[in-house]
Amino acid sequence: MSNLSTQELETKFQQKIDANEYIEPKDWMMDKYRYNLIRQISQHAHSEVVGMLPEANWITRAPNLRRKAGLLAKVQDEAGHGLYLYSAAETLGISREELLNQLLTGKAKYSNIFNYPTLTWADIGAVGWLVDGAAIINQVMLQRASYGPYARAMIRICREESFHQRQGFEIMVTLCQGTAEQKAMAQDALNRWWWPSMMMFGPNDKDSPHSSDMAKWRVKRESNDDLRQRFVDRVVPQADFLGITVPDDKLKWNAATQHYDFGEIDWTEFHNVINGNGPCNRERLNARIKAHEDGKWVRDAAVAYANKKRKKAA
Amino acid sequence: MEQKDTQWPLWEVFIQSKSGQPYKHAGSVHAADKELALLNARDVYTRRNEGTSIWVVPAEYIVASTPEEVGPFFDPANDKVYRHPTFYEVPEGVKYL
Repeated sequence: MSNLSTQELETKFQQKIDANEYIEPKDWMMDKYRYNLIRQISQHAHSEVVGMLPEANWITRAPNLRRKAGLLAKVQDEAGHGLYLYSAAETLGISREELLNQLLTGKAKYSNIFNYPTLTWADIGAVGWLVDGAAIINQVMLQRASYGPYARAMIRICREESFHQRQGFEIMVTLCQGTAEQKAMAQDALNRWWWPSMMMFGPNDKDSPHSSDMAKWRVKRESNDDLRQRFVDRVVPQADFLGITVPDDKLKWNAATQHYDFGEIDWTEFHNVINGNGPCNRERLNARIKAHEDGKWVRDAAVAYANKKRKKAA
Repeated sequence: MEQKDTQWPLWEVFIQSKSGQPYKHAGSVHAADKELALLNARDVYTRRNEGTSIWVVPAEYIVASTPEEVGPFFDPANDKVYRHPTFYEVPEGVKYL
């Protein structure tokens, strides 16, 4: 292999991807592929970790034990999913410490959606239903991403996440079948979470800066707009079942396309939140920094104990 | 460290059966160094094209849980039915959940 020129290596690399084969950590890969994957996988990992915050906000105030256990299990899963993804990113040659540092210094991004607040219990229902629903659509696609460790992490994550969306929808069903006040809470949560969930799929295809390379490398197998359309087509009938209304007056079934038509996303808001001016950006980052600093004595103690045992054994 | 015996170190062998699949434990081989471990693993475990890729790992680096402790070790997950999708009710007629 080492006798091949970079050009030949690149050609072989692309042929492998085009043949639906997978790239493994020890295989030759383009620097740009490695760089972009580290960026995407670590953003994904950070999103899992920061994503615990808005939901953890309600663990102690869950309305009953069943709900509390379900929410706790979901938040634990998000921690686990963050760990799977950090590990996958580390196989590309970046350290965990560096990844965490990028998050805590604000250099790395995480999903915009977690910069919105969870104001009522109904938000926990809406997050499971809509946010996890959107994430699953994206992650199902990524199960066949060309990088082996990433694809395998996604398979595991999708399998485990099948309950997340259900627990959210179950909360929504209960509220919508409850009192008028409870149903109004559910409607209010849908009103606030609908558009941020729609934004989770990223910019329109014509404005998506990272999409073409990632598509060529079979990381992104479907376009932002196609995935968003799938989300709308799946979720609108679910909202109809609940008897609550999606806050989009342009939303309409189109018999000709067999899809729902929908209105334009407020891209100014999207960019504002990305650039740090969402409702909770600062709060989320500060919470992560505090958690990291508060955990320092645990990390130190683990190392001190391991060193002591090693000395004793020697 | 110089090797004194003729048995050579033990290496655990993991084989990927198809591109993209996880690496699965297949068995182990003895070999004097990592290159030979890989060749031995190939000759012993993939004589019929069973794999697209092989990992060999020094057996001394494998840390395993003990079968005697299987009960208490995995106990924390035993009573948590709410970690499974079947715990949650999906109303009839609702799709994609």
